[in-house]
Amino acid sequence: MLIKREHGFLQRFYLVQIFIGLTITMKNWFFGKNITYQYPEVRRQYSPRYRGQHFIKAVNGVENCTACMLCPTVCPADCIHIEAGERDDKEKYPVKFEIDILRCCFCGFCEEACPKDAIKLSNIYEMADYERRVYDKDFLMIQRSQK
Amino acid sequence: MEITSFNIQLIAMAGKMAIVLGALLNAAPLMAWAERRICSWMQNRTGPNRVGPFGLLQSVADAVKFIFKEDLVPAHVRKWYYLIAPGLCVVPAFITFAVVPFGPMIDVQGTTVALQLASMNVGFIFAISVSSLAVYGIIVASWASNNKYSMLGGLRSTAQMISYELAMGLSLVSVILTFDSVDLMHIAQTQGGSLQFFGMNVPFLPNWGIFIQPLAALIFIVAAFAETNRLPFDLPEGESEIVAGYHLEYGGMKWSLFFMAEYAHMLTASGLIVTFFLGGWQAPGAEWLISQFGLSEQMAYWGLVVAQVLTFWLKVILFMLFFIVIRFTLPRFRYDQLMWLGWKVLVPFSLANIVITALVIAFGPR
Repeated sequence: MLIKREHGFLQRFYLVQIFIGLTITMKNWFFGKNITYQYPEVRRQYSPRYRGQHFIKAVNGVENCTACMLCPTVCPADCIHIEAGERDDKEKYPVKFEIDILRCCFCGFCEEACPKDAIKLSNIYEMADYERRVYDKDFLMIQRSQK
Repeated sequence: MEITSFNIQLIAMAGKMAIVLGALLNAAPLMAWAERRICSWMQNRTGPNRVGPFGLLQSVADAVKFIFKEDLVPAHVRKWYYLIAPGLCVVPAFITFAVVPFGPMIDVQGTTVALQLASMNVGFIFAISVSSLAVYGIIVASWASNNKYSMLGGLRSTAQMISYELAMGLSLVSVILTFDSVDLMHIAQTQGGSLQFFGMNVPFLPNWGIFIQPLAALIFIVAAFAETNRLPFDLPEGESEIVAGYHLEYGGMKWSLFFMAEYAHMLTASGLIVTFFLGGWQAPGAEWLISQFGLSEQMAYWGLVVAQVLTFWLKVILFMLFFIVIRFTLPRFRYDQLMWLGWKVLVPFSLANIVITALVIAFGPR
């Protein structure tokens, strides 16, 4: 639909407007601040609250997780799979802890739901891979950030 | 080899062709790089900077990619026309530059050599007519592609070229009235010295066409943008509307020929604008500057020639940069706005300009 707009003489003359536009682009050309990150060399620092690759927090090599099943319950993408087991000292622990990272939507609900502060989301955002990976427990036990 | 006038002309012609063809062929890769770099600087980005120093070899990488790409001919095209269209686009763009003088008439051992590929006394008509032949390449490409978007691009291109061709030619009529010649070399020669205005001598301003005929210069520059299919007149391509317009069905080296044609057109348009309105190869102050070095007469003469040739190319390069800055400043015209500007603004104004110029020349002060 054509919308009638009221223009002054200078707007209709157009050349002055072109000149103003040219000064803006020229200003950016010569004085503009470059905001590109030269990626492989310079990496962007995200906020510490960024939700990236998961890991299970461990103290002295023992995972905090007690296999309470709160995180698979809350997970909207249904991507966490836990099989619980019993240690010799009658403590419950996850025998299997798998995250299907392709289904994960990185909402962080699992981290919020966890009463033991076990499942965490790190700052790592480079998760490209050559295969469709399901993160297993060994992979998740790698302590990925200081968070 | 005996030094005859003919031999000198022959060698000079080879040198001139090397300069002009070198410029035209290198325009595409260099401009592709410059355009991407400058565009990204204007948008606060970095642009291609990985291949070679400052990314200068990016165009080489692109060319290698184009060469090794599959030379695909879609099944639904008219093959013969589809294949010759890129050539039809490139050739007019290249041969228009033949009449553009990139240096003065020089004197080599008694033989006068014009630094211009073809010294034609119909130079201006040749330039206008041949550069408008480029539209055939676009029409043939769009029609042979058998694709509705290509077709739309071709239709738009035809209408745009015809509309702006008229304004372009008419604006030049007043210029040739002013300079009293249709030979581009003569026009460039006339623009030396300081500004002559109604018999008055205006110091500190060169005698350039843009000062004598500002309206004609404006109309010609706008029409030149339309003729080269550059933004804000890139309706034949119109990425956001008709995908890629007339070269939608082309890929690889055939596509890059269209690309080359566009940059060759830009170079030719810049050359014509520089010749008609920005003093051609005239370098104001170069004579004075060279006399300061205290060279011998022979050396000073050749120094001046080199300075003038370099000045011409410098002006052309600056105008090419202007093309780029305009491209990344202005949005595309709507189609009716394009027609409005062409027929209702540029054509009447250029006609009025001719009448006024003719009246001033006929009855005005000498």
